[in-house]
Amino acid sequence: MKIVALAGSIVGSKTRTATQKMVEMLQEKYPQHEVTLLDLADYQLVFSDGRNYFEYEGDTKYVTETLMAADAIVLGTPTFQASIPATLKNIFDLLPVNAFRDKVVSVIVTAGTSKHYLMVEQQLKPILAYMKAHIVPTYVFIEEKDFLRKEIVNDDVLFRLERLAEDTVMVTEAFAEIRAKKDAEYDF
Amino acid sequence: MMEKYRIDQTKGLEFGLYSLGDHIPNPLTGERISAQQRLKELVEASQLAEQAGIDVFGIGESHQSYFTTQAHTVVLGAIAQATSTIKLSSSATVLSVSDPVRVYEDFATIDLLSDGRAEIVAGRGSRVGAYHLLGVDLQDYEEIFEEKLELLMKINDEELVTWEGQFRAPLHHAQILPQPKNGSLPIWRAVGGPPASAIKAGYMGIPMMLTTLGGPAINFKPSVDAYREAAERKGFDPNELPIATTSLFYVADTTKEALQGMYPHLNGGFQAIRGGGYPKQQFAQAPDTRDALMVGSKEQIIEKLLYQYELYGMQRFMAQIDFGGVPFEKLMKNIEIIGNDIIPAIKKHTAK
Repeated sequence: MKIVALAGSIVGSKTRTATQKMVEMLQEKYPQHEVTLLDLADYQLVFSDGRNYFEYEGDTKYVTETLMAADAIVLGTPTFQASIPATLKNIFDLLPVNAFRDKVVSVIVTAGTSKHYLMVEQQLKPILAYMKAHIVPTYVFIEEKDFLRKEIVNDDVLFRLERLAEDTVMVTEAFAEIRAKKDAEYDF
Repeated sequence: MMEKYRIDQTKGLEFGLYSLGDHIPNPLTGERISAQQRLKELVEASQLAEQAGIDVFGIGESHQSYFTTQAHTVVLGAIAQATSTIKLSSSATVLSVSDPVRVYEDFATIDLLSDGRAEIVAGRGSRVGAYHLLGVDLQDYEEIFEEKLELLMKINDEELVTWEGQFRAPLHHAQILPQPKNGSLPIWRAVGGPPASAIKAGYMGIPMMLTTLGGPAINFKPSVDAYREAAERKGFDPNELPIATTSLFYVADTTKEALQGMYPHLNGGFQAIRGGGYPKQQFAQAPDTRDALMVGSKEQIIEKLLYQYELYGMQRFMAQIDFGGVPFEKLMKNIEIIGNDIIPAIKKHTAK
């Protein structure tokens, strides 16, 4: 199984810290799976102009192709103006309409205030659903006060991240089995 | 009523084949034939198509990996020489990256060489390769096509062309030579699924070739209606404007054989060209009469074509039988069934 963790912001440290933590948990729990971290701060991406994702060049091609090759994606996103950052939206715009078909997507969200708790429900999940993702229903919401100097210091958040790692793998395995069973019904 | 476009409706629905010249490995063997063999097989396929009574043979251009007919007018020239009655069309010419004068010269020449069989289908292209390679700015994607298509139609209509635009040097009383055999060429506008582009075709009063690659056929009906409405609003008579539809196509003796024969190619081709496979669940629904993807037994294909004829009232159907590295023996088998069973049945039901 290929799992890609995407830190969807190019500024700040909270989303990167949380996404990195998730990568460590996945690698420790599931050494048999391939886990890749994509931190958008490390790449220079162009804005989408509507072409096929593999027709871009350089970092844009690398990031989109890595995402398209994944079985599961863990999205880390900060909250900017009550929504996802433009950098993450651009990733969605770069990918095809049905990019997340047969993929599982789970979400880690950071925010400056608890008032943003439903941002993922209202802003992010509709996009993921439109792009045909199997969305892991629960997500991990992490606030400013849960971090201290680039470490997560709230045990509740750490436990929830662990459960999200398990759920992501479990849901991916479950859908792979369902799909194999369904595909076996067809004689072509 | 459609003589200008060389369509005789008394003979019923026209059936054509088209190819993008795709050059994808055969997913069943992993092997890819050479570009030379692929080109020669296309010429051979055009001869088989003619013998089978197929009305039209089209070649399109795509300027990137997995394609071989970048010089589609040259290929059409070879086909003109190898055949004698079948109509020759592009499918499509990416007009945005070419000079309309050169395009017209090429097709007028093919028309003379083929004794009046050449047609142009002009499109914008759904892939960006040609734009980068030939140095055309994608920012101008919409406007450049509109301007070039207008010029192409003007060249077709007028003996001496005086024209000025944004993307090409002006023309002053220019005579474009050679002239096609009967003074003008049928020029179609290639239209993707959604109505916006169909409406533009209607406003121009230009025949429309509409892609209906799959999914419910009824979903394309709004584009057909919008096209005719727009044409009428601009003072054109929709009864004088032909419509062609296109789809991916695979026929076999039984449904099961057709599904098994097509799926690996369709899935592999989508993977190579679009970056994502074709879902089996969706493909399993495709033989249904109401689905636009042309896969099934000959009876099912005939049903689909007649259903669509009822729905759209089109004058021509164009099938793409070679998508995704389909080997030549499978192409021959498809052409054989089309000629023996499908064309006689649809002509019988649609001739007026």
